[in-house]
Amino acid sequence: MTAAEMNMKLAVTPRGAKPRSPFAPRNIMLYGTLIVFSIYYLLPLYVMIVTSLKDMAEIRVGNVFSPPVDITFQPWVKAWAEACTGINCDGLSRGFWNSVRILIPSLIISVSVAALTGYVLACWRFKGSEVFFGILLLGAFIPYQVLLYPLVIILRELGLFGSLWGLVLVHTIFAMPINVLLFRNYFVAIPEELFKAARVDGAGFWGIFFRIVIPMSLPIFVVSGIIQVTGIWNDFLFGVVYTRPENYPMTVQLNNIVNSVQGVKEYNVNMAATLLTGLVPLTVYFFSGKLFIRGIAAGAVKG
Amino acid sequence: MTQSISIKDLTLNFGAVSVLEDLNLDVAQGEFLVLLGSSGCGKSTLLNCIAGLLDITDGEIHIQGHNVTWEEPSKRGIGMVFQSYALYPQMTVEGNLAFGLKNARVPKDEIAKRIARAAEVLQIEPLLKRKPGALSGGQRQRVAIGRALVRDVDVFLFDEPLSNLDAKLRADLRVEIKRLHQTLKNTMIYVTHDQVEAMTLADRIAIMKGGQIMQLAPPSEIYNRPVNKYVAGFIGSPAMNFMDGQLDGGAQHFDTGRGLDFSVQGYEFAAAPTSGPVWLGLRPEHVQSGKWAEGQPVQMEALVDMVEPMGSDTQVWAKVNGQDLRFRMDGQEAVAIGDRIPIGFDPARLSLFDKSTETRL
Amino acid sequence: MSRARRGSAAMRPPIRLFRNLSSKLAAIPMVLVGLGVFVGGTAWTIVHSFTDSRLLPRLRWVGLDQYERLWSTRRWLVSIENLAVYGVVSLVLTMCLGFFLAALLDRKIRYEDTFRTIFLYPFALSFIVTGLVWQWILNPDFGIQSIARGLGFSTFNFDPLYNPDLVIIGLLIAGLWQGTGLIMVIMLAGLRGIDEDIWKATRVDGIPVWKTYIIVIIPMMKPVFVTALVLVTSGIVKLYDLVVAMTSGGPGIASEVPAKYVYDTLFTRQNLGQGFAASTMMLVTVAIILIPWAYMQFREKRQ
Ligand SMILES: Nc1ncnc2c1ncn2[C@@H]1O[C@H](COP(=O)(O)OP(=O)(O)OP(=O)(O)O)[C@@H](O)[C@H]1O
Ligand SMILES: [Mg+2]
Repeated sequence: MTAAEMNMKLAVTPRGAKPRSPFAPRNIMLYGTLIVFSIYYLLPLYVMIVTSLKDMAEIRVGNVFSPPVDITFQPWVKAWAEACTGINCDGLSRGFWNSVRILIPSLIISVSVAALTGYVLACWRFKGSEVFFGILLLGAFIPYQVLLYPLVIILRELGLFGSLWGLVLVHTIFAMPINVLLFRNYFVAIPEELFKAARVDGAGFWGIFFRIVIPMSLPIFVVSGIIQVTGIWNDFLFGVVYTRPENYPMTVQLNNIVNSVQGVKEYNVNMAATLLTGLVPLTVYFFSGKLFIRGIAAGAVKG
Repeated sequence: MTQSISIKDLTLNFGAVSVLEDLNLDVAQGEFLVLLGSSGCGKSTLLNCIAGLLDITDGEIHIQGHNVTWEEPSKRGIGMVFQSYALYPQMTVEGNLAFGLKNARVPKDEIAKRIARAAEVLQIEPLLKRKPGALSGGQRQRVAIGRALVRDVDVFLFDEPLSNLDAKLRADLRVEIKRLHQTLKNTMIYVTHDQVEAMTLADRIAIMKGGQIMQLAPPSEIYNRPVNKYVAGFIGSPAMNFMDGQLDGGAQHFDTGRGLDFSVQGYEFAAAPTSGPVWLGLRPEHVQSGKWAEGQPVQMEALVDMVEPMGSDTQVWAKVNGQDLRFRMDGQEAVAIGDRIPIGFDPARLSLFDKSTETRL
Repeated sequence: MSRARRGSAAMRPPIRLFRNLSSKLAAIPMVLVGLGVFVGGTAWTIVHSFTDSRLLPRLRWVGLDQYERLWSTRRWLVSIENLAVYGVVSLVLTMCLGFFLAALLDRKIRYEDTFRTIFLYPFALSFIVTGLVWQWILNPDFGIQSIARGLGFSTFNFDPLYNPDLVIIGLLIAGLWQGTGLIMVIMLAGLRGIDEDIWKATRVDGIPVWKTYIIVIIPMMKPVFVTALVLVTSGIVKLYDLVVAMTSGGPGIASEVPAKYVYDTLFTRQNLGQGFAASTMMLVTVAIILIPWAYMQFREKRQ
């Protein structure tokens, strides 16, 4: 099933039998079950929030679920600006800015490369282009572990190992299969006669891309952007492998702060830090709604 | 007269499939040529080759005396109109019309002038600021024609421009295209599978089948003297009646061998008539019935099988000595199933085809 | 101006390679990534898994030695066993739970969007965040165990993260929390794709709803299940971040997984040949899952 189909189906109104009176036993069971599951899914978010607002004394006497008595924002301040990893004690803010500096170029480059490649595959096929596309798609199923070391070598040869740009390249590479697929499928659906008309009108490869195709395809750029923002922000493995400690993205730094063995465990700071790290993808999620679903439905193919 | 378009030995393969084979076609300056044929016969493919939208496998294409075989579509001096309109959805009508000119770096004031003129000719001035999504089908197709018009080219290519429109709009726009051709006098190649469009618009019609041109001739000749059985059956509605039988070349006599035989004296044979198995074609509208049958060179009696009154005329399915025959009667004449009515026709209007080669005798 | 150029240039067919040059140039990233990284990298790793590379890759052949050593290393065997247990349980539970939630949401309920948002939001979070939250909730001193004991069950024991026998359960709880939303969305799309007339027909025939699901709907959704299956499985093979954040493979080596084995072997123990052999085994695992699926897809397309 393609992403577009899936999205269309999600847009259709729900089916099944008609609802009866709101308090019929069937409905109580139905909504009861849904609410119980909702609690399971919401619990961690709740726990993160309450823990991050308590001070350590309160945590020691209570449990993870007890609401804060004295609300304090000190853990947030500490997580952001003072928490230590190794020798640095300037908090998660360093990781945050690293992640931003990784995210922005990775996002721009990976989406552009994928869009352009999808455009070639949809509108300017040449002999063998489908074969290369097939190879690219297969790449989506190769476990990252298989490619970790070859990429170390490639980055070293390019002189990018350990730098932010190396990581940008890695993100671009691994983003290609799914995003190219996404763009290609979207562009294929544009009527062929439109391209013919544009060619008669004297537009070439780039003219058609920039003047005809891109203005028609904003939704798919948003979907691809959402996939990339969450994917790049949440990445841990590539961050550890391909960057030096001073360039570690937020997830890596978060893990180092929370799982560091030295010192007393400050659970409230840990939870504040965790929540801070989750904030970016959560914001994207809550604001993008249906488009996010479309994105992951598309990402579904990637596995 | 110089040729506007000249195609020499054009061959086009999609992989192993040959869609066009050794096709030759000359179109005169200012001619309105219609490509007609059933679905999948290669009409669009031929048009796309002329436009340069497909890379041909072999052959040459000349437009206005220039060899454009490997030229970019935009540099061939053509304008094209598509079935699905193919308007750029994110641009206004004006933007759509201007797009090609901007790409060709035509000066601004010249662009404005050409758009104004095209808009006037096509009566789309009030639509210029709208986007294609806000237009009706007929309006969209006018804009699409306008896009070809502003290019100021010698050759217009139409790929089934009217087939997405409803019947009434289709008739209106057909007239308009004809008028456009009479004013502009440029060469037009028009693809359709609608016979009425073909007959009314064309100076010449090219009937295509399986990637080849079966017959290239003015509409009246296609209708009256189809070169083979395929063309004969394809043109005309209701379709031509076909009877198989033996032709006696010397006596110019036809016999189905099933009880029907008549003389075909008066038929214009292309070559000296020979004897042998043939297909005989007779158009329903060339069969006279009732009192009109009197005085026709060939006369017989038909047993009415079925009747379809259409108002202006009545279509009759009948049997003549065991042979099925369809013909038209005046709508005012009373006729009922089971009636026996006299019919007659003139052998000069028949078509005779060799049974095995199916070509005209 | 253009006409002047026509004569000469247009008569000869252009050289094949240079036709649509722009599109070929734009396809270079795809070719480099597909051939250079995916195919080349995989081949490189497989080749080097037959060498005795340690700190640096080198081509000194040792045949299947690395694989023999791998399969006699306890840590690898534990990793494989963990992956198998985690994989089977999480596969079954994710599919059941995902379908169950989707079926509930498909019953024409109110607030469908709200429930869906709740079930799916964990998917936007990284495994690191997921792992750290659940690590905190499962903390024996403050989390679920302490609450249960506080309620009077003084002998209640539930400390999966510190008990080698239960640690997989801890991972499962977190993994399911993060991943079921995705499967739910896919299943929901599948349910919405089913013709409404089917529901009408079964109502007319008087078949109860639960029975309709089992005998009519589920068989019809086979392709959706297959997609979900491939997705979950290839996600399971990649299991890494969650383990690192939640348990670091502990207690002891009780929660090691293959992906972590590869990373540790390559980058901390610097035993490259061994790491390559392990990652090749991961690739083989994916291939075993993928090839039948690809074959099925291919056959379906043929029909
Ligand atoms: N890109 C292609 N690859 C392979 N075969 C093709 C391709 N485009 C067209 N064909 C085949 O070429 C033949 C001619 O197609 P074409 O589009 O020219 O037909 P047409 O006469 O325009 O038909 P219609 O009236 O349906 O538009 C068809 O049999 C079609 O299947
Ligand atoms: Mg066509």
